[in-house]
Amino acid sequence: MRRGRGLLAGIVLALAAAFLIAAPFGFKPYGIFILSMWAVMTIAAIGLNLTLGYAGQISLAQAAFVGIGAYITAYLTTKGWPFWTTYLIGGVSCFAIGWLLGYPALRVQHHYLAFVTLAFNTLIYLVFRNEEWLTGGIYGITKIPRPDVLGWSMDSPREFYYFCLAHLALVSLATWWLIRSPWGRAFVALRENPMRALSLGVDTRRYTLMAFALGAALGGISGALYAPLVQFVDPTPFALGLSLNLLLMVVVGGSGYLFGPFLGAIVAVLLPEWLRFTQGFYLMGYALLVMILMVFCPAGLLGLVDRLFKPAAKAARGTVAARPDAAAQSDSAR
Amino acid sequence: MSPVLSVCDLKKSFGGIVAVDGVSFDVNEGEILGIIGPNGSGKSTLFNCILGQLQPSGGEVRLDGRPVTGMRPCDLNRLGVSRTFQLLQVFPQLTVRENLILAGQEHKGTMLSRLIGRRDAGLSVAADQMLGFFRLDHLADEPAGGLSYGQQKLLDAAMAFMAGPRLALLDEPAGGVNLTMLASLRDRLKAINTEQGSTFVVIEHNMEFVMALCHRILVLAEGRIIAQGDPAQVRRDPNVIEAYLGH
Repeated sequence: MRRGRGLLAGIVLALAAAFLIAAPFGFKPYGIFILSMWAVMTIAAIGLNLTLGYAGQISLAQAAFVGIGAYITAYLTTKGWPFWTTYLIGGVSCFAIGWLLGYPALRVQHHYLAFVTLAFNTLIYLVFRNEEWLTGGIYGITKIPRPDVLGWSMDSPREFYYFCLAHLALVSLATWWLIRSPWGRAFVALRENPMRALSLGVDTRRYTLMAFALGAALGGISGALYAPLVQFVDPTPFALGLSLNLLLMVVVGGSGYLFGPFLGAIVAVLLPEWLRFTQGFYLMGYALLVMILMVFCPAGLLGLVDRLFKPAAKAARGTVAARPDAAAQSDSAR
Repeated sequence: MSPVLSVCDLKKSFGGIVAVDGVSFDVNEGEILGIIGPNGSGKSTLFNCILGQLQPSGGEVRLDGRPVTGMRPCDLNRLGVSRTFQLLQVFPQLTVRENLILAGQEHKGTMLSRLIGRRDAGLSVAADQMLGFFRLDHLADEPAGGLSYGQQKLLDAAMAFMAGPRLALLDEPAGGVNLTMLASLRDRLKAINTEQGSTFVVIEHNMEFVMALCHRILVLAEGRIIAQGDPAQVRRDPNVIEAYLGH
């Protein structure tokens, strides 16, 4: 049974990978752009999935980190800095800022934490919009160059798509490693029962900060790819809306599942494009679909798959997804 | 020989309510000390103050003669003090084996070695031994949330012993466990005590269980120790009868 599931998952993964590699040959440049955007947003959602899905720390600030990564890359590459340097600076800065943003999470949880991170997102958005000397204000930063890899230019849509896809593959691999390691186990323990984890020697303070920092760093990497993909940054995309959208990706895909964000990003980035033919109705249809999914499967799309294949998992996964307050009894001790 | 745990004049109040009112006692190496008392007598609060979950309002806690008052629970745990909680506390979505690995993984290595090192932190064998010891080996790969209440209670206790603690504080280990399981739990605890020389402090309402397991018993009422001694002495003590039957 277990081996059968593994084999099936392997086949599905291989088919998906083959599709992603072959896809640009069947799409027009706009289609390739949307697929690249999917890859970039998936990276940001993977980061949020670490913070929220695995470690259970709600964050409504992921868009701010995508923005910080994007602005750093945009600002520095247009000043002539090499892409990889700015990429590193973006990732490391977001890691550090994410670490600092983790401190409120040591004191407050759940909706209070949501408000703290929401305020942070708004603050960063205002910095992007108002500090014109640095960010160009509402006019943004234009003519962002695309990078070279070992002398090979990533200028064309197809090449840049593969560049994003390679990043997505590396990020997925690193995340897979992380969540299988004792860190992943400690993150899950932090989500399920922080007080018990603390009594078992898990330094919940350090793991909480790490969960924020790593999630933010992936947001920063996503932003560092966003800037050369769109070749233009302005404040609008990094407002609260994107943070909510990324949260939607994590929850709809299946919070706490490695591949949840991939599916979630399909729903949030690709589905609206496919529903364009309905014109004015697409937002309504989209909202309806998400509502139906959340009512019938609060554990997300992968939660649904899990339930179909493993009836026994229903009780354990479903109830925890539907009742995130299960761990709340321990909050008073933090 | 200095006691493993030494509690001196420990106090804790919540607003106007004094939950623990100047409690002092020692726990010697290899001892099983029972703490009993009516509901609301401050037993769990006492545990929480000893273990850093709550900051005591006054007094001192020493471990092997070293002051550890108010130390963080995770640091205390790494010094060899483990505990269970009154309400069941396992990680339902982790498998039974992973619950045990988690209970041991933070005790060796560094954050870095836990990131790049082995997935099981080298603890699979130890975890399986512990599962065998608590007779849970057939459930190793099940999510802990799928176990029966009694089995989860055993797992909860097993987790407390995973890192080979010097001192384990168990808060109502027998609560809600059926008679067969109860005998098995008592046997396991006694075996750990004699084989590994571990020291226990046990809070429990089940008198039979306490009398059979503990070497010495403290009786708490309204935040104070009202009696102590071996099980037979405590059973006869008029203060104890008064506290249990008087109101």
